Amino acid sequence: MVDVLFFAGMKEKIGQAQVNADIAGKTVREIKLWVEQTYTLPKGSLERTMIAVNEEFVEDTDYVKSGDTIAFIPPVSGG
Amino acid sequence: MFNVTNEPIDVNELIEQVLHNNVGAVQTFIGTVREMTHGKQTLQLEYHAYESMAVKMLERIGAEIQEQWPHTTVAITHRLGTLAIQEIAVVIAVSSPHRQASHEATAYAIERIKQIVPIWKKEYWADGSFWVGDQLEQNAYPEKEENHG
Repeated sequence: MVDVLFFAGMKEKIGQAQVNADIAGKTVREIKLWVEQTYTLPKGSLERTMIAVNEEFVEDTDYVKSGDTIAFIPPVSGG
Repeated sequence: MFNVTNEPIDVNELIEQVLHNNVGAVQTFIGTVREMTHGKQTLQLEYHAYESMAVKMLERIGAEIQEQWPHTTVAITHRLGTLAIQEIAVVIAVSSPHRQASHEATAYAIERIKQIVPIWKKEYWADGSFWVGDQLEQNAYPEKEENHG
């Protein structure tokens, strides 16, 4: 199982901050598609969203394993 | 040295953190909440963060600075929660033996915060609210050019 975290506008749209899902073994790109489908987001809307696994930025081609935490990082706007 | 906080930030505390005997210059950057952006009035702001990762990324910025500008000492604190106009959102303090390094490193730090630190700003206006950089709405950064601080 994998923890999936949502923040900011995405958290509001999806209606939850965290879900636990059976998505281990998938690539980051596949998980983006899974989130788009599961939460009926516009197709391709997460294509360029930055992703962190275990608090480190990753590439779309990286794999996610059981016990990982994957976070969707909308464009940041601190400072 | 690298924190997020829901409490008001004490600038002097960060200055004290970077002061030591070999320091000849301390530069601070203070980001505050601006009222008017492109003619639109902000009533208040909310900052939300992926807190543990935000601290980690602030620490990374500190490490990058020490690699590029050896002998600097860096402290950064970013405020979270609801902020009123004029309140301090972020403080960066960099010390160095000579002034040039702390000038450059401070500017570098605020630009990197805007690239890699998972903190998000929600603007509250008289006519609604808006997540700056909302991915799902495909919003561009409307104030990006003027939003540096």
